Amino acid sequence: MGRHQQPSVETSPLVSDEIRQTTCYMCACRCGINVHMKDGKVAYIEGNRDHPVNKGVLCAKGSSGIMQVNAPSRLRAPLKRKGPRGSGEFEEISWDEALEIATGWLAPIRKSAPEKLAFFTGRDQSQSFTSFWAQNFGTPNYAAHGGFCSVNMAAGGIYTMGGAFWEFGQPDWDRTKLFLLFGVAEDHDSNPIKMGLGKLKAHGGKVIGINPVRSGYNAIADEWVGITPGTDGLFILALVHTLVQSGKIDLTYLSRFTNAPCLVNNDPASPEFGLLLRDDSGKTLVIDRNSGQPTAFDQKGVKPDLAAQYEKDGLTHRTVFQLLAEKYLDDAYSPEAVAEKCGVSAERIRAIAAELARVAFEEAFELDQPWTDFRGDRHEKMPGRPVSFHAMRGISAHSNGFQTCRSLHLLQILLGTVEVPGGFRFKPPYPKPVTAHPTPHCHSEPDCPLDGPHLGFVRGPDDLALKKDGTPARIDKAFTWENPMSAHGLMHMVISNAHAGDPYRIDTLFLYMANMSWNSSMNTKGVMEMLTDKDEDGNYVIPRIIYSDAYSSEMVAYADLILPDTTYLERHDCISLLDRPICEADAAADAIRWPVIEPDRDVRGFQSVLVDLGVRLNLPGFIEEDGSAKYRDYADYMVNHQRRPGIGPLAGFRGDGTEKGRGEVNPEQLDRYIENGGFFVEHVPDEAAFYKPWNSAYQDWAVELGFYDKPQPYLFELYSEPMRRFQLAAEGHGDRQPPDHLRDRIKETFEPLPVWYPPLEDAHVSEADYPVHALTQRPMAMYHSWGSQNAWLRQIHGHNPLYVPTKIWEEHGFQDGDWARVTSLHGEIVVPVALMAALNENTVWTWNAIGKRKGAWALDGDAPESTKGFLLNHLINELLPPKGDGLRWSNSDPVTGQAAWFDLRVRIEKTGPPDECSPAFPELRSPVGKGPKTVRQKVRP
Amino acid sequence: MTSLPDQTEKKLGLVIDLDTCVGCHACVTACKGWNTENYGVALSDNDAYGSDPVGTFLNRVHAFEVQPSNGAAQTIHFPKSCLHCDDAPCVTVCPTGASYKRVEDGIVLVDEDACIGCGLCAWACPYGARELDQSAGVMKKCTLCVDRIYNENLPEEDRVPACVRTCPAGARHFGDFSDPESNVSRLTAERGGMDLMPEQGTRPVNKYLPPRVKDRLTADKSAPQLKPVADSPKGFLAWLDKTLEAL
Amino acid sequence: MHPAPSVIVFTVLSGLGFGFLAWLGIGQPAVTGWTAFFCFAIAYALAVGGLVASTFHLGNPQRALKAFSQWRSSWLSREAWLSVSALLVMGLYAFAAVFFDRLLVPLGVLGAVLSVATIYATSMIYAQLATVPRWNHWLTPLHMVTLALAGGAVLAAQSMAALVLLVVAGGVQLLYWVLGDRRFAERGHTTETATGLGDRGKVRLFEPPHTGTNYLLKEMVYVVGRKHAQKLRAIAFLLNCLLPIVIIALLPAGVFSAGLAVLAYLAGTFASRWLFFAEAEHVVGLYYSQR
Repeated sequence: MGRHQQPSVETSPLVSDEIRQTTCYMCACRCGINVHMKDGKVAYIEGNRDHPVNKGVLCAKGSSGIMQVNAPSRLRAPLKRKGPRGSGEFEEISWDEALEIATGWLAPIRKSAPEKLAFFTGRDQSQSFTSFWAQNFGTPNYAAHGGFCSVNMAAGGIYTMGGAFWEFGQPDWDRTKLFLLFGVAEDHDSNPIKMGLGKLKAHGGKVIGINPVRSGYNAIADEWVGITPGTDGLFILALVHTLVQSGKIDLTYLSRFTNAPCLVNNDPASPEFGLLLRDDSGKTLVIDRNSGQPTAFDQKGVKPDLAAQYEKDGLTHRTVFQLLAEKYLDDAYSPEAVAEKCGVSAERIRAIAAELARVAFEEAFELDQPWTDFRGDRHEKMPGRPVSFHAMRGISAHSNGFQTCRSLHLLQILLGTVEVPGGFRFKPPYPKPVTAHPTPHCHSEPDCPLDGPHLGFVRGPDDLALKKDGTPARIDKAFTWENPMSAHGLMHMVISNAHAGDPYRIDTLFLYMANMSWNSSMNTKGVMEMLTDKDEDGNYVIPRIIYSDAYSSEMVAYADLILPDTTYLERHDCISLLDRPICEADAAADAIRWPVIEPDRDVRGFQSVLVDLGVRLNLPGFIEEDGSAKYRDYADYMVNHQRRPGIGPLAGFRGDGTEKGRGEVNPEQLDRYIENGGFFVEHVPDEAAFYKPWNSAYQDWAVELGFYDKPQPYLFELYSEPMRRFQLAAEGHGDRQPPDHLRDRIKETFEPLPVWYPPLEDAHVSEADYPVHALTQRPMAMYHSWGSQNAWLRQIHGHNPLYVPTKIWEEHGFQDGDWARVTSLHGEIVVPVALMAALNENTVWTWNAIGKRKGAWALDGDAPESTKGFLLNHLINELLPPKGDGLRWSNSDPVTGQAAWFDLRVRIEKTGPPDECSPAFPELRSPVGKGPKTVRQKVRP
Repeated sequence: MTSLPDQTEKKLGLVIDLDTCVGCHACVTACKGWNTENYGVALSDNDAYGSDPVGTFLNRVHAFEVQPSNGAAQTIHFPKSCLHCDDAPCVTVCPTGASYKRVEDGIVLVDEDACIGCGLCAWACPYGARELDQSAGVMKKCTLCVDRIYNENLPEEDRVPACVRTCPAGARHFGDFSDPESNVSRLTAERGGMDLMPEQGTRPVNKYLPPRVKDRLTADKSAPQLKPVADSPKGFLAWLDKTLEAL
Repeated sequence: MHPAPSVIVFTVLSGLGFGFLAWLGIGQPAVTGWTAFFCFAIAYALAVGGLVASTFHLGNPQRALKAFSQWRSSWLSREAWLSVSALLVMGLYAFAAVFFDRLLVPLGVLGAVLSVATIYATSMIYAQLATVPRWNHWLTPLHMVTLALAGGAVLAAQSMAALVLLVVAGGVQLLYWVLGDRRFAERGHTTETATGLGDRGKVRLFEPPHTGTNYLLKEMVYVVGRKHAQKLRAIAFLLNCLLPIVIIALLPAGVFSAGLAVLAYLAGTFASRWLFFAEAEHVVGLYYSQR
């Protein structure tokens, strides 16, 4: 056929004029990105190879950032509501006018009753700043979205071991050989976990996925356990039963690093029944096997005895471990007893327990790394157990999620795999025991800052956020007897409570990046009604709503004043160690965002707007003594603010630019960050890399960097004394007493050793009427509601079917293209169905937040997102069904108030194909018009 | 020239690890981002914010479900882009010579200036690797990032296709299959890398690593079981005491 | 495959046009003068009209000339050469016939051969595609060539030849349908081979790569109901085969009957050609669990 001829191709084109390195904001991962600029425009976005979080990789969302920055849905200017709430009719106003309106509303509240402002932020990545603002305003009503997201995971971890999965820690991916993944976890820490799974697979490690749905990470799991939703805790405790029973637990680890040897008051008549025995300085006591004497847990050379009993003042004390062994050896936790409930055979539970034991104990190894523990005892090696665990929303979004999270930590601690090579590792500034966290503060007075940070970790009933009369101090009823350990607040209850005036009425609801009239609320339709409801005088029941968002989300239509935010490439931000950090197990890190492009619209970064409002409202943290502005804008705050002397929002390049963690303000700090690729990283010394809670070298390093001011070694709390204190109160001890209607629930759910109880919804619905569990999960290519406005991502997930397992599919005679009516105790939806065989046989699920309200996000009214996309939220209520006692029972975990999204039970029926999903809502008027017909993204041909 | 070269100097291509791909679509949009800004015309999206959005993508991730005769169904994420076949049928059908396979590295490319947009090459491809851009009317396909892999304006470590660079799980590998010692050749040999639709006779360069065998803890009923250390709680405490003594 | 109007019109009209030209080239009928003018006008209108229609299928028709370059390997390129050659040669032949009343027999025969070769080349564009098993068979060129020649014969009012060719083309068409129905399965293409996952079990698409559609689905996946297809087959066969036979056999020969037969033939062949595309399943559909 003759000589081969081919055109010549330019293989070395110029990639860009310049690379600007900043931080992604397409989800909460906060990866480093290289933004390639051409002609001053964003031409291409890729991962930053040097960045500690993503090391160069980037997910589908991050790689589509250019479509987010150019999205037609971007708000363009401040908006004042013109039509009725919910119509979407606005007029554009100037910033001056907008800020005057806001000040006009807020200043009188602050002067008279600061709690009348409820300030809640959603996917806020500046919580240490927004909370600082709220604290200075003086309202007790502040929280971010943790309460409806994953507070169970955070609180369960912190109360048990001083840190949790996700941004608190990670498996030792390089060494772990067996990885157990519980529930949906694709939505947080997503790139690091994908990278970790890749590493694990590359070195031949095995993954066991415990999840009703075999999608995402579970698709590559070597073993899939298609568990019944809400029974993970039971499954875990059956593993615990089997491991304890066979002695496959790390006794050395338990005796040295946990409160297993601590002594528990065993006298039911004692007012301290169930509390730990302490010395005069408050240190817990153990029996030293060397001397047989009670000794403070942290003494040099102590050999704590797990099997001891101790009599003092006529009171018997037994070790936590004895209570634990007795509890879990009970046949109620045997694999045979739980198999049916969990939907997993006893044989399989035993096989998994055996595999855990085999890898943990037979594949144990040691690192040649000497270290010294907090007792002063030196160790020549670091023993490792290559088993690790991870979990996230899947187990935490149940009303038994807190205890399930604790159960999981119990399991990994019993195996001795936390903070050891091959196991689970904390990321600085964690580990951090409960005692190193603040307690919640709620004392507000007119014209005064709050008495301290809003959110914290209660140690017992004394720390509850109650007013003198015992009523809730906070609008969301966080830190009350209904949910005492609500460390992240209860954002999902704010609108409902404010509308009901329970516990009191508010004046202004101020929200940031929280799509409360759509996918971020349970009972979406009800929330829309609450937001538009009027009193007898024709005034809105929630009088004023201020909302800040960068995009034309569904919530925009329900606010009176819109403060348009910038996109992530047009703003300053700090990913601070004071906030939700981005560290890795081997390094402390923080990062910034900076405007790699300037906004082409009349929008401002929300944090800078808060700085401005802070000055206008004369908030103490924002003005100098002469009343002038303390900070020019958020960038100025990031550099100049100091929480404690020498400790600011950014830990890197302090002082003369070489100081880390602690140091004077460095006016050139942001330039140094930009030069360094937008982040700062400081590696953990080798000697401090493992055993961090007990490792002197780590503790010293942490103090040096300013995570805390003195070493904070502590024991893991298998037995939770704070929980026991609430239980004790429910049993009638102490001054602060729960209302009677909550006593039994507190007794049951505040067991100090992890327990399992059925999800609360199970008690309200009959299994016969609602036999099917219904779940959602966030697709890896979409972040909450944001993806749909992205021309690339919406092609991947433009609508969502309800996935139905084979058994139900065949029972109902479903065919491809069919629709179903799905009914819960609360409501019904009509949606398209699709078959999924790799699914628990009593579970249906769908992708979360694909469904959109017509007219939102600058999409056409007939976009598939609003005709074939749907939310499961319509089936879930923020309240449990009334019990006839006149009380409003929140659909939340009774311990933490975590929204129980995944407790949902439904029934399903086949129905004829409708025109579109129901419920359908009228089209919103788009304040930004519609997007262009065709997109041809190219800066320079 | 539309004829295929008798032999190529290198055989550049991808290994896609189906045991590791979690189906996150990162490769899909990283590809879109790079290739809309670079080689040839933009990858257009029509009705981008409307009821029927249809865009040009050079790489798409399918998800399949496999039902074994025994045991649970399995989900397998399946990225698919041009396989840069040795016997590329898309090249020989092209009437204009726009489609060609490069002699130096085996990459199959479209010279867009010569493409009349007849679509025949897309018909000839069994894998759905070619898409006619609806705005520009020219055929688009994976270029294996020919404008990255030799690009002297990029740091050396970045001279890989955009999909490979971005893949968070490391499920995509790029290399030269003509070198038996290359990473891709070794992975293919070790893990039994396979061809898609081999009966089409296209001899794809890209290989797929099959998922490892799954759910063995269920299948194998002779899995080792743990033995209780004692019959009763009392017995357990005795065991504990004994064991603690020995520590 | 998507039954795009442009390619249906193209293959049917240019097939008929070149089929007619082939008959004219061998002097059946041996027309000259005005009769020749009208005959050639019809033939050229069909052939050229079809070719023009085909350009509507192109994304960049202004570059169509480039399609002549790859005759060594590409059937589409060969078709371009052959069609232009056939039109040029027959143009000369027609010129002599119309204006000089002369039939240049060798030129006509060459033109006829080129016309048939053009139809053959067109058919090979489809028949060469291993990705469409139904097309990828020797019956495809036979089907298209016999149908075109039969149509040409009807148009050329060659009653005897038309009857014979209609019977043959009808038979081939039936065979094409019946054997075609089995071909996908015979080739052994399955979702299992497409994914390489067949050794682990039955494979099924769980989630398509995008929830919306794409070029591949629009172009190569067209699902036609079996009942609908059978009905259309019956209509096609009735119209492009049986009806012309009846007309030619029973009605007196003449412009009216020839016109009627041609119209029936065209209607039937459009239906047949619609099915040719709509029923052709591309293997890429396996990746979408759609064929």
